[in-house]
Amino acid sequence: MTLTEKILARHAGLDRVEPGQIINANVDLVLANELSAAVAIGVMKQIKGADRVFDKSKIALVEDHFVPAKDPQSAKIAKLMKDFAVEQEIEHFFDVGRGGIEHVVLPEEGLVAPGELIVGGDSHTCTYGALGAFATGMGSTDIAAAFVLGEVWIKVPSSIKIVYDGPLGDMVFAKDVMLKTVGTLGIDGATYRAIEYHGSTVDALSITGRITMANMAIEAGAKNGIFHADAKAIAFVKERTDRPFVVESADPDAVYERVVRIDVGSLEPQVACPHTPDNVHGISDVTRDDIWLDQVFIGSCTNGYIEDLREVAKILDGKKIASRLRVIVNPGSQKVWMQAASEGILTTLAQAGCVVNTPGCGACFGGHMGTLGEGERCLSTTNRNYVGRMGSPTAEVYLASPATCAASALTGKITDPRVVALAHA
Amino acid sequence: MANVLRGNAHTYGKNVDTDVIIPGKYCNIVDPAELGKHALEGIDAEYTSRMKPGDIIVADSNFGCGSSREVAPIAIKGSGTAAVIASSFARIFYRNALNIGLPIFESPEAVAGIAAGDEIEVEPATGIVRNVTKGTQYQAAAFPPFMQALIDTGGLLPYVERRLAERQLSS
Repeated sequence: MTLTEKILARHAGLDRVEPGQIINANVDLVLANELSAAVAIGVMKQIKGADRVFDKSKIALVEDHFVPAKDPQSAKIAKLMKDFAVEQEIEHFFDVGRGGIEHVVLPEEGLVAPGELIVGGDSHTCTYGALGAFATGMGSTDIAAAFVLGEVWIKVPSSIKIVYDGPLGDMVFAKDVMLKTVGTLGIDGATYRAIEYHGSTVDALSITGRITMANMAIEAGAKNGIFHADAKAIAFVKERTDRPFVVESADPDAVYERVVRIDVGSLEPQVACPHTPDNVHGISDVTRDDIWLDQVFIGSCTNGYIEDLREVAKILDGKKIASRLRVIVNPGSQKVWMQAASEGILTTLAQAGCVVNTPGCGACFGGHMGTLGEGERCLSTTNRNYVGRMGSPTAEVYLASPATCAASALTGKITDPRVVALAHA
Repeated sequence: MANVLRGNAHTYGKNVDTDVIIPGKYCNIVDPAELGKHALEGIDAEYTSRMKPGDIIVADSNFGCGSSREVAPIAIKGSGTAAVIASSFARIFYRNALNIGLPIFESPEAVAGIAAGDEIEVEPATGIVRNVTKGTQYQAAAFPPFMQALIDTGGLLPYVERRLAERQLSS
């Protein structure tokens, strides 16, 4: 069995499972944010005999999309989830100032461990595959059912094995590797499938790098994206929780629907151009045209981590961002924010002319705190660039790594970070 | 569900994502009718003023990709749209649509044979799609047996209630 099949089989109490099989699986954690929770709580009220959640220690509720509240309606749904958390005595409730972006918070708080099965009312729940968990996004009705039953029905996905080889070049990061992957597979290239990441490149990646890659599995349509938990992943989790967990691994005779090989040795920084995340080009092709920017955004569940902010600060240190450009930085969580503050990163960024926002999802999905106007163009470290994703339907969003975003912040147009690095040397 | 759904087709291309079905700025709304006023606003700002209740959305592959927001199918249903026919659906949207009772049908042949404005009839029970304007007929893909059973028993909520009752009996 593949890694995904092994985890699903164990959670369904079965010796083995096959792709296409429908199973009932026990969940280790159910996640919702205030948007998915607002609908899920309403659904739960309609279920006869469902007054309490199945386990108050296995639910995580994170206020992150429209908070601090954008308007009274946003305040209303934030309060709806908070009241539910209090009434149900939910142990893992994160309000503003104590949490941040759900997918940054959960691994950070030790709520994700290898071999676990996690469902969440957010498509980027697949992020937790970085630590060897099976994790997938669902809608609010499925989440309401999981709140009550502690189990979900799942169609076992077939798996696509992707093998990455080669060392990453200068100024090439996990984000570039994943953009290349989405460009290679296409936005429906892994629909209904699991992606299993392999190879020397990903073995060498940090946990943050793996988080960036697992996070964007959904951008190829995948049900989940998963890494084997190695010593690095196990150490990361053990620093954060004493909870026992089972490390699973794919069998040597596991059957994959297909194997894709991606040689990253010669990979240059990548950019996803408007208006789909699979419209991916090497940066040389993109910088050939002068693409002037109105906004650069750095943050999100893809790239809002301390490693990302360090990379950006290294490039912006002692410099000023381009005139007529605004640069918005969202540390991914309260802990990332505090770490960045203690390292002087927030000051470096502010002195360069960036605005540092409170942690949250707002700008990434066109909610608030960085919404694009008509005809505006943004280069962003986020995960999606569909029409209207960050605001006006006539705005354009390009996706890239934090380093590419930082280099571009200095010039005001999409810029190869290797050129900036050379200028530093 | 009605025996036959009948309405005019509104056609779209591939990869109609949930950001254009219901833009992020509306995702703090929970009322279906209010959400319905903004259905497809990101791709077709005139959709809700042009469509008549009972009309049918027809789209190419990977309909509903992207965000898991359940308000996407809720907005479509809230607009009065009777059904969505697509060449294929993204995974989370497919599950959400069935869970909230938005009829969806998968048939690349039907999509290829339907033009904007065509009068369409769909029989949810059989998955038969008729293009009344052109006089053609198509068979949508059957739902997997487990999902068909869920649909037949009224969706996910009765299923959850049954599981809860089973547990009470065995405890």
